Amino acid sequence: MMSIFPKTNIDFLKYRKVYFTLFGLLLIGGIICFFTKGFNMGIDFTGGTMVQVKFNAPVEMEQIRSVLSTTGANSELQSFGDNSYAISEKSTSDEVGVVQGRITQALDTLNVPYTVLQTNSVGPAVGSDMTERALWSILLSMVFIIIYVAFRFSNILWGISGVVALFHDLFLMAVAFSITQREIDLVVVAAFLTVAGFSINDTIVIFDRMRENVRLHPKISFGELINLSINETLSRTIITTLTVLFALVILYFFGGEVINSFAFAMLIGCISGVYSTIALTTPLVYTWSHGQYHDGSEKPAARANTEKATAVPAAKRAPRRASQNTRRPRKKRS
Amino acid sequence: MSNKLAVKWGLIIVILLGALYLIYPNYKWYSKPLAEREKLDTLGERPKRMLNLGLDLRGGSSLLLELDVSKLPGNEPLHEAMSRAIEIIRNRIDQYGVAETSITKQGDKWIMVQLPGVSNPQRAEELIGKTAMLEFRIVKNDQSIAQQAFAKLEATDTPFDDDGNLAPEIAALVPEGYQIMRSKEGGPMLVESAVEVTGADLEDARVVMMGENGYSEVSFRFNAEGSQKFGKLTGSHLQQNLAIVLDNTVQSAPTIQSRISREGRITGRFTPEEARSLAIVLKAGALPAPVKVIEKKTIGPTLGEDSIKSGLSASALAFVVILLFMLVYYKAAGFIADIALLLNFLLTVAVMSYFSATLTLPGIAGMILALAMAIDANVLIIERMREEKRAGKPVYEIISLGYDKAWSAIFDSNITTIIVGACLLQFGTGPVKGFAVTLIVGLLVSLFTAVFVTRAIYELILTSNTKEISL
Repeated sequence: MMSIFPKTNIDFLKYRKVYFTLFGLLLIGGIICFFTKGFNMGIDFTGGTMVQVKFNAPVEMEQIRSVLSTTGANSELQSFGDNSYAISEKSTSDEVGVVQGRITQALDTLNVPYTVLQTNSVGPAVGSDMTERALWSILLSMVFIIIYVAFRFSNILWGISGVVALFHDLFLMAVAFSITQREIDLVVVAAFLTVAGFSINDTIVIFDRMRENVRLHPKISFGELINLSINETLSRTIITTLTVLFALVILYFFGGEVINSFAFAMLIGCISGVYSTIALTTPLVYTWSHGQYHDGSEKPAARANTEKATAVPAAKRAPRRASQNTRRPRKKRS
Repeated sequence: MSNKLAVKWGLIIVILLGALYLIYPNYKWYSKPLAEREKLDTLGERPKRMLNLGLDLRGGSSLLLELDVSKLPGNEPLHEAMSRAIEIIRNRIDQYGVAETSITKQGDKWIMVQLPGVSNPQRAEELIGKTAMLEFRIVKNDQSIAQQAFAKLEATDTPFDDDGNLAPEIAALVPEGYQIMRSKEGGPMLVESAVEVTGADLEDARVVMMGENGYSEVSFRFNAEGSQKFGKLTGSHLQQNLAIVLDNTVQSAPTIQSRISREGRITGRFTPEEARSLAIVLKAGALPAPVKVIEKKTIGPTLGEDSIKSGLSASALAFVVILLFMLVYYKAAGFIADIALLLNFLLTVAVMSYFSATLTLPGIAGMILALAMAIDANVLIIERMREEKRAGKPVYEIISLGYDKAWSAIFDSNITTIIVGACLLQFGTGPVKGFAVTLIVGLLVSLFTAVFVTRAIYELILTSNTKEISL
């Protein structure tokens, strides 16, 4: 058996004050960053026009700038190498399509033949509608996640902790995009959604272990139980994350310009997702349910309470649990 | 092999064969050269059940239109006005001769028009901007005069130029007072130039289910002025064909059986769907309110090709690296997981082909997430099996306990992610939806491949009295 971490016994909860402080600093730093640097929102969100062209012969950026300045509008110029440039204008008052004509007319005066690779004109209403819908759907999925986790793991605090971690990951990604001033476009939104999926997945795996260990080791304290669960799932966490990181690093370097920003967002989000489960979800569960689980000398009080509240699902699960117990007598883990 | 295992494998083989059957048209299609694909596209001979590429991957244009709600007639509900507007726009875009156009409602008052392969959507914009014209014209009775023109038309590949005008040499053959129009069936039709009655005089149009010979029909009704004009027209052209022309395309050309004034019926071998759309078109006549282009995107074919090339090769490389890593780290178990991963990819493509789904860049992101979750499922199982192995359990117990213990984590994490996907599907717009669709399909597939199929493989191995499996 080739193992990276065959067996570990790390006290993850010990540093929870450090994690919480880091999270606080991230929140403060992030909010300062949002207000001072803001975001480089693509025209998909702000509205505006983008024209990407490829010249048949080399053209100086300064030349393009000077012909563009004759249009009188405030346009941005971005080079993609290979004589390919994107000109974008975030003005929104003009009719869709008008700006595009103005830009190509200006470029015509350079007298260098070019082909239009891509154009994009977005009215202001479109972008705000999409942002609103994306935000609502993420908020709504957070609510449903809390409900589902509360139902499956018999504790609403677990669901809330998982969603805090999810928020942490998305927030950190947003900070990264604010600092680097990378443009946020539709593909980046897809990356945010993907990370939301990953983050929750990671959380659920550890919750699942905790749920199982509550049953298997009724005698140990809740803190020990959390540490045991994280340690037991650590090799899985590392292997899964590694495979995903392999894929993302390859996509980052070889995926081309469109996929590059997707991979960048995902890299940050994935690393954050693993970190936040260990450093935020479980410490929060521990802190919040301190009074509920005691030191484990008795059956946890919280479970008894919530099982009463959700009588039907508890009854449904009961036979399965019973059958598992008969098949699998409680044994000390090696 | 036990009966239960035989049934399992039977199911797997049936699903695998089904998947290959669904994927085959994709392979056949995309291995053809681009020019041939384009030609088949315009002939409408593109296979129906196939995975389509979104505009961001194949190049093309999209227009987002907004219906000017303030100019709607007060008594019409918005959703009805929208479906009318979409039908009218579809009718117009169909004239454009672009294959695989998609016209969909977005939000309350937006209409998304996608034109794959079109790098200059100006003409499409003009078509959409036009006012709808419903006309009733008499079809030329004397076929002998028309025959020459038809013969010439048949011989020419491009009877109409880009603007929908006839090629000059054919136009010369058309007799005075007549003109050739496209008909919905594809062929041209010689009709009178003079228009006697238009859609402005129409009051209503409805579908009549189970009319003559069991086919559906469309009934229509004129207002007072229209009745008078229409009665005169039909009364003087009995036994001739009446072309019902919408936006310069002949929708159908029934024979006038008797004088019709206020009410009439259009018969033909209509299916209920066809009759319904004809009724919509007739009733529609003109757009319920003006539309405005609020978003216009064009992606040139080279850019689409470039992004697909680098994206595909990088994805393929990443996939291979993951397969190798699993193989090296988990040995035989990793190999079995690899089989499941490949199968996951195949099945996802097959399901998406079956629904003729459109693959976009965000859609690929959804696929990546689903594949990663499939890997995670296998890692969870194998890590559990390793735990059991360390505990010194016999091989059959290692496997069954590995699956039993990993199942709840796999199930809960997949369901939670599916919940996220469902929320995105419900509330997201175009690109977000594309992500959600591939994600949900991929996750459902992964529950089958990563859990059911791999377990069946282990159970098959166990039948040959295997004492150890390398993990």
